[in-house]
Amino acid sequence: MKLQWFKYIILLAVIFLLNSCNHNETGFRVVRFWGLGVEGEAVAQLIREFETENPGIIVKVQMIPWTAAQEKLISAYASENLPDVFQLGNTWIPQFQELDAIATLDTFINTSGNIDSSKFFKGIWDTNIINGKVYGIPWYIDTRVLFYRTDDLYNAGYSRPPVNWSELLDVSLKIKKNKLKKDLYPIFLPFNDWSVIVIFALQAGAKLLVKNNSYANFSSGEFKKAVEFLMQFYDKNLAPKGSMEFNNIYQAMAEGYISMFISGPWNIKEMKKWMKDELENEWMTAPLPSPDSNGIGISLAGGASLVMNKMSNDKAAAWKLIEFLSRPATQMKFYQIVDDLPARREVWNYPEIKKDKYMKAFFTQLNHVQPLPKVTEWEQIAYSKIQQYMEYIVYKKMSIDEALKKLDDDVNSILEKRRWMIKNNLL
Amino acid sequence: MNAKNLKYYAFMFLAPALISIFVFFFLPVIASFLISFTDFDIYSLNHPERIRFTGFQNYSKLLNDPLFWKALGNTFLYVIVASPLSILISLIAAISLNSKLVKFKSVFRLTFFMPVVTTLVAVAIVWRFIYHPRFGILNYALGLAGIEPLDWLGDPHYALPAIIIMTVWKNFGYNMIIFIAGLQNIPDYLYEAAILDGANKFQQLRNITIPMLAPTTLFISIITMIGFFQIFAEPYVMTQGGPLNSTLSIVLYMYREGFRWWNMGYSAAIAFVLFFIIFVFTLIQFKIKRVT
Repeated sequence: MKLQWFKYIILLAVIFLLNSCNHNETGFRVVRFWGLGVEGEAVAQLIREFETENPGIIVKVQMIPWTAAQEKLISAYASENLPDVFQLGNTWIPQFQELDAIATLDTFINTSGNIDSSKFFKGIWDTNIINGKVYGIPWYIDTRVLFYRTDDLYNAGYSRPPVNWSELLDVSLKIKKNKLKKDLYPIFLPFNDWSVIVIFALQAGAKLLVKNNSYANFSSGEFKKAVEFLMQFYDKNLAPKGSMEFNNIYQAMAEGYISMFISGPWNIKEMKKWMKDELENEWMTAPLPSPDSNGIGISLAGGASLVMNKMSNDKAAAWKLIEFLSRPATQMKFYQIVDDLPARREVWNYPEIKKDKYMKAFFTQLNHVQPLPKVTEWEQIAYSKIQQYMEYIVYKKMSIDEALKKLDDDVNSILEKRRWMIKNNLL
Repeated sequence: MNAKNLKYYAFMFLAPALISIFVFFFLPVIASFLISFTDFDIYSLNHPERIRFTGFQNYSKLLNDPLFWKALGNTFLYVIVASPLSILISLIAAISLNSKLVKFKSVFRLTFFMPVVTTLVAVAIVWRFIYHPRFGILNYALGLAGIEPLDWLGDPHYALPAIIIMTVWKNFGYNMIIFIAGLQNIPDYLYEAAILDGANKFQQLRNITIPMLAPTTLFISIITMIGFFQIFAEPYVMTQGGPLNSTLSIVLYMYREGFRWWNMGYSAAIAFVLFFIIFVFTLIQFKIKRVT
């Protein structure tokens, strides 16, 4: 019995010892890096190169799934356990800046020969700036464009994609007429995905939050115009109401259940996989239609950035890692591994990207993007409130005016703390 | 050894358990009770100056929060519909499996118990297939009976029943095992006496089995009721509370407010309201038992 106890104690001691070795391997500088989702997996393949270039620095990569990312990062911040460098969705940057968790990068950028704002897309770079200071370096971009079946549009009398809202509606009506079965839809516009309504609202010129982002502005005419436009698609049965009807949007495209959808770059690889053989040349991407002109509609300036923990012990090494991951060559590799759109403009001149016809729409779209309101509360506003009231509108539980008024009230109550902090100079 | 010494030793032996219960249970409960009177949120992490003491504001906000009432209503639906259903099915299963006529008892017992020990996420994936509006086997079966396909998880009317069916299916095996144990504790001579008196099967069930199972039933109904009051994982993995919040439960709402949006103060207030409701219901159940 005694001997057994002794064994456990030895085991525990060994574990502790191993653990403490972990933290100060003599002579090595350790940079901890957290990547999210597929990027977190893919980055491991590139770290080798960084480590051979920088002997003496060891990078410890950890992958965090997107669905748990925010909770995990905030818990890590609360327990002072954030890694030196981590990836952040660029809508989360305001939140981590307001938490005082991430460092300003201006001094590093000033001494760096590799990174400056002119090398990135402006709309994307802007998402990393708060009160004039830079808090993140754009890593990859995510913006939404229109994916469409060229044959369905052609049969509806369109040899090119719709360029404005009325054409989008018109082509949908014509496709619907060609598709006789009731469960075939011209377009997939999931109303329980806030990005759809927000994109159309931004196109209509809506200012989502006003007065230093401390008041809601959803009952404005512009937002309402976007909702009313979208509602026509649901009312005329041009877009499915339930999102469960097809397991897989690519399969639905390939089988002709839908002809158009609005989504991001990660769909290209899957689309190529599903649209094969005789369907291979029957799809295309296009920039989003604009409300009234024949120009290009606004899309979201999404994507992820690399940020530095304010409490990092080795900021110089951390910056080296950020610089490495932002290099054109590294970005190109990322494009090849996981289809991420490179945040640096020069990478778009590389032949691998230039020759891909599906990427052209993204390049055009990237010059027409707009950031979301830079407030901590945005996630809650978008995921819980906008989606909730859009559901109410689509299911006709409330009129548009009533729902938008209630949305304003709810969001104003969420922003109450922010107003209090602004008033008391606590922000 | 005198009495005083005895108390001292008793305390020493209990101390490790008492101290850990205090530190890991009572302290957090007290802390969250205090938090429920503040507006502790994401801004307050590491910034105590951003916390405000708000008194009963969280509680009064709760009373005026339509989502809270919606979640509470849904939770009561889970409790009122699913608990009796679950108990009834497990009782029927237990009595049938306890019957001398049934062969391969352990095979059935194992089969019925299997869903209880299966990971919920795996169960959810399979049930999502079953409920799929276009390819699901359930709609196929309904189609054979001439019923139009339903969007089980996408339609606000059917999503809650769909989740209740899945939950009952997953959990009745557990109660069934406890009922079987209860049934095996009923002495055979009672049935023998009843048979001698000429009681038929139904009379035996009514006058022997059910009364003798009363303590087991009380235990199971309290456990099941508390379980359904705390229902979280099933709607979380199946529908995330949608569509139209028709499957949102009170614990799911609490989780969302607390860990998704970091409104800790508000979330703590929800937790205490839930605690109070469960407490009252458990008291009522004990009262009913004592009266009968």
